[in-house]
Amino acid sequence: MNILFRYANPHEFMRLSAAVLPFVAVATALCFAAGLYLGFSVPPDYQQGTTVTLMFIHVPADVVAELAYGAIAVCSLLSLVWRHPLSDTAARAAAPLGALFTALAIITGALWGKPMWGTYWVWDARLTSFLLLLFLYLGYMALWSAIEDETRAARACAILALIGLADIPIIKFSVDWWNTLHQGESIMSGKIAPVYLAPLMIMMLGYVLLFLTLWMVRIRTAILERRARALMREAAS
Amino acid sequence: MNFDMGAYGVYIWPAYGISALAILGAIVWTLAAWRRAKAKLAALEKRNP
Repeated sequence: MNILFRYANPHEFMRLSAAVLPFVAVATALCFAAGLYLGFSVPPDYQQGTTVTLMFIHVPADVVAELAYGAIAVCSLLSLVWRHPLSDTAARAAAPLGALFTALAIITGALWGKPMWGTYWVWDARLTSFLLLLFLYLGYMALWSAIEDETRAARACAILALIGLADIPIIKFSVDWWNTLHQGESIMSGKIAPVYLAPLMIMMLGYVLLFLTLWMVRIRTAILERRARALMREAAS
Repeated sequence: MNFDMGAYGVYIWPAYGISALAILGAIVWTLAAWRRAKAKLAALEKRNP
């Protein structure tokens, strides 16, 4: 915990993130370049044809959508238990990114669903629980903006984020628990054809690194904004 | 590389296009907010050294 608190100090975070950011950003670009190159070089799937290329943007967006929520939940727990101010900033900074990737997973999924299932949308367990994730993000962001006192807003949002965490296992296991149009898990179980695995993994890494890059910049921005607000308060008093 | 997606292109290209636009938009928006915050803080620090 001590190490975490040392680097979670805003000053240390600014120093460390400035050093790490260029490398993460370059790694993101390399993963996207390699992932897209390999993704557009795969043969069509014997069942899904060329729509298999949609997997390389749909699955990574889905992974980041859930990862971002996990990050918010961890930061919220740190905030509630240890009252660490940077964890609130980090949680808040991740929310719009999580919402964006959730929306992308839904849109790319719909565009994959139409040719494969014959419909853009169906109210089944996986799709509905995923839509709920988007509403959780939007509700979380709305709650942050609705409460003026930052400490109270942070507390309320942290509680909301932790309650909403229950949706993540529901999304994950929905394809096993209920009958759904959505296909079951295929990566960990080894059902995916090996030729598709490399581009998928590289694109997933690229999306995760992209999220980390943008998240770090957003936390850095929020720290500067907080300093600016403190200076303005000082000048006014 | 093969960009011929056949009849499924009408679903695949919009999905890639929307993803690319959203990601580029997020990058531009994030960097713009960073630059704005940096400029504002610099101006405030200049005014109240």
